[in-house]
Amino acid sequence: MSASTASGVLETFPLEARAFLLERLPTPWGWLAASLLSIGAIVVVFASIFAISTLLERKILARIQNRPGPNRVGPGGLLQPLADAIKTITKEDIVPRSADGLLHFLAPVVLVAGALLSFAVIPFGRHLVPVELEAGVLFFFAAAASSEVAVFMAGWASRNKYAMLAAMRALAQLISYELPLVLAVVPVVMLAGSLSTVEIVAAQAGWWGGILPQWHVFSPWGLGAFLVFMIAALAESNRSPFDLPEAESELIAGHLTEYSGFKYALFFMAEYLGMTALCCLAVTLFLGGWHAPSAFLEFVPSYLWFGAKLGVLIVVLMWIRGTVPRLRIDQLMRLSWKFLVPVALGTIVNAAFWHSSAEWGGAWPAVRWAAGVALLLGPPAWLARRLSAGLGPRVYRYAT
Amino acid sequence: MNGLGILKGLAVTAKNFAGSFSTKDRLVTVEYPEQRTELPENTRQFPFLVYDGTEPIDGLRCVACRICEKECPPQCIYIVMERDAAGKPAKKPRVFDIDVSVCMSCQICVEVCPFDAIKMDNAFEIATSDRFEGLLLKREDLAKPNSHFHRIHPTDAAEVDARLEEDRRKAEEKARLAAEAKAKATRARDEGGAGAAPKP
Amino acid sequence: MRAVHDEFHGDLMEVSMGPHHPSTHGVFRMNVVLDGERIVKLKPVFGYLHRNHEKLGEGMTWLASMPFTDRLDYLCAMTNNWAYALAVERLTGLQPPERAEYIRVVLAELTRLLNHTCLAGFLLQDTGAMGTPLMYAFREREKILDLFEALSGSRMMCNYQRFGGCRVDVSPAWLAAARKVVDAYPRFLDEFEALVTGNEIVMARTQGVGRVAPELAVAAGVTGPMLRACGVDYDIRKVDGYGLYPRFHFRVPLGDHGDTYDRYMIRVLEMRESIGILKQAIDGIPDGPILDPKAKGRGLRPPAGEAYGRIEGPKGEIGFFLVSDGTPNPSRYRVRAPSFVNLTILEDMCLGHTVADAVVILGSIDIVLGEVDR
Repeated sequence: MSASTASGVLETFPLEARAFLLERLPTPWGWLAASLLSIGAIVVVFASIFAISTLLERKILARIQNRPGPNRVGPGGLLQPLADAIKTITKEDIVPRSADGLLHFLAPVVLVAGALLSFAVIPFGRHLVPVELEAGVLFFFAAAASSEVAVFMAGWASRNKYAMLAAMRALAQLISYELPLVLAVVPVVMLAGSLSTVEIVAAQAGWWGGILPQWHVFSPWGLGAFLVFMIAALAESNRSPFDLPEAESELIAGHLTEYSGFKYALFFMAEYLGMTALCCLAVTLFLGGWHAPSAFLEFVPSYLWFGAKLGVLIVVLMWIRGTVPRLRIDQLMRLSWKFLVPVALGTIVNAAFWHSSAEWGGAWPAVRWAAGVALLLGPPAWLARRLSAGLGPRVYRYAT
Repeated sequence: MNGLGILKGLAVTAKNFAGSFSTKDRLVTVEYPEQRTELPENTRQFPFLVYDGTEPIDGLRCVACRICEKECPPQCIYIVMERDAAGKPAKKPRVFDIDVSVCMSCQICVEVCPFDAIKMDNAFEIATSDRFEGLLLKREDLAKPNSHFHRIHPTDAAEVDARLEEDRRKAEEKARLAAEAKAKATRARDEGGAGAAPKP
Repeated sequence: MRAVHDEFHGDLMEVSMGPHHPSTHGVFRMNVVLDGERIVKLKPVFGYLHRNHEKLGEGMTWLASMPFTDRLDYLCAMTNNWAYALAVERLTGLQPPERAEYIRVVLAELTRLLNHTCLAGFLLQDTGAMGTPLMYAFREREKILDLFEALSGSRMMCNYQRFGGCRVDVSPAWLAAARKVVDAYPRFLDEFEALVTGNEIVMARTQGVGRVAPELAVAAGVTGPMLRACGVDYDIRKVDGYGLYPRFHFRVPLGDHGDTYDRYMIRVLEMRESIGILKQAIDGIPDGPILDPKAKGRGLRPPAGEAYGRIEGPKGEIGFFLVSDGTPNPSRYRVRAPSFVNLTILEDMCLGHTVADAVVILGSIDIVLGEVDR
């Protein structure tokens, strides 16, 4: 049993560490210290995830593009984030004379604050939830919604035409994609019967037939909702192919055009934090949270499983970024309103069917799965055909 | 339009991602200061002046004919001919400047030179902090021995040497023939003279 | 922020895209008037890179202009060289030997591969593809540039063609290397197409965007792949039969829609035809001299008269109109630059589209500012 005790120690290690620190502080301030410890841990951990993911992204993009990527600073380029940090901090901070100074300053701060707040309700491990809220999912979306305001603030306050266009694009895009993002979460909340992230993770314990973990993503409705969620999350975090607000080839740098130095770095930090937060939520809602993918792997501490799933999602997003071009704003809106929203509504129907057919016995489970898969594939295929009418591969002729 | 195109694209990028670790064909980057590619023999960067023998300035093949100066498209060559004490042109450049900040490495000077005196070097790391004086190459900076030419453009240099050798041989032959003819003529005149006017 | 008032649309926004903009491919400016994101007026402004090319050409000898032609369209030095050499050859009556003509065809088609590959990369960069297609394109381009460097001594500024032939002879080793590059090219094209051509986002971004009617294209003097994308069968290689092109078998792909996707696809299909020409040319190259014995570089004085030499450059008809008065300098030197002529219909293509489309349309015209501004 030494293995299991060892894993048990690892599992509860963060809690033990916190208790150890709290014991050494005067009691009246204990509640504040506990909060500050959680905040500090989140800031430190996710700031380092930000640093690592910038390097990782540059490396992955480089390898995809057949380049070695940054490899000059430190062994294999490992210290590149440090060099980037030093560079951005020491750069001159330029504010355009006609800009709205206060808003121009506040935008990156609001963005980072919103992104950090949303981490508060994510259960990172079996015992690791910074704040256990009854309406955790709701809180997450409320906190993350501040990014819309912040991007608009940045674009508006810069008093630059490109930034202005970017602000208009960002508002349209972020608000449109908030809808499928939230709608994709509805079936999860329906089936788990709770808005609490902890309970949603708890609802995903157990195994299908003893092998396949009972994560939401491994059910027809869950897969559909997961894909809708991830597409909407890509758009919410302004990442390729939905990076329209900062569309480099069109709008220079969009809302970031007039930002430099540390504020620019803050924007990037917020972008990565936002992406990480959405991936965290996706892991929580669809990928079983901190649950191990198989029963015999449960000895590995739960927060490591969470981290591994998070890492996979982030790498996939980077991979997508290295592959696809950008959509146009009207296509982007059409994709949201004419495709993602109906598909997300479809997954709600699918989830309702799944829930009501849970008690079917005999040969019926096969029918249940077939119907679920049909509900998963049918509506998107039909909608995609309608949406892409007139587009498609072409045949070319040759002059005789 | 079913998303298969994007999936195919993802497969291509994944293949390239993996390939950049395994095959040389995919990871083509040469990490320059440490690694270098081998320059092809024909590579041309900036001109230099060839000298024969060991004396850089005295051995220059250049005769300051100023053809390259006239033909140079960006006009980056400046030549002044040497004059001896009597003020007679000495068929040597006193000044031969090339402003490599203007030079566009076109090789026209090499092509028009009738004396094979100017050739293209393959050195490209000539960056300097002084862009006016540092990039204005003087006669002394430009003079490089024929062995250098042989080292960077072996085929070309062998050809040039053979041609020069041939020219020299022909010139010598011609000179010898001329000398012989002259000697013959002198002898004939001498003999004729002897016949006409017997020596005292 | 200057607003332009319009009775119907209310306030419009005037944006000056360029001269320093990530996607103008150099120093080029588009003055666009926007209604939201939609373009209601677009005025291309060029000349920022004007280097007096034509007047310079009149001030120097015939040979000395050759390296300057490299710098017109800096991706296609070899074809620029050829067009200029062709014009001077028509003026002087020089006739390149057969081997030189073969070498010219090989180099011109390699240039076409290089240019179209780069263009596809740039176009995808403009649609926002994070540099991946561009990097693949540049990876292949390097291989062709290596060939150019091995032959002419320079990667981009080749200065290779001469009046009445070529400057350096190709070695069997070089031909073998070229053959290797050509043989490997279809594989790269297949991979590139798998990444790009079937991509739904690429289709959505390019199909139906920037349509050009064949009538407009003909009226505006548009040439090259851009004209053929509108369905007009006009390829100077077929029409003029300059060089040795009548000897080679190749087809001319034509588009039916004249939109950005067609312009991209026509180039891809042309590359495949070029590969065919290259194989025929490399295999069939004869032995012999590479320069007309009457040719001379220095001190060339063509007889008084005028000549126009044009070839099918990768971007369209690149032509040189030269007038000689029997002196060592041309008395008139004029370049017909395909990029410049093709750019003139930019506004017609962009009206009614969005800013994002304008960037993609500009990318699909395939301009090089060195050639536009001269």
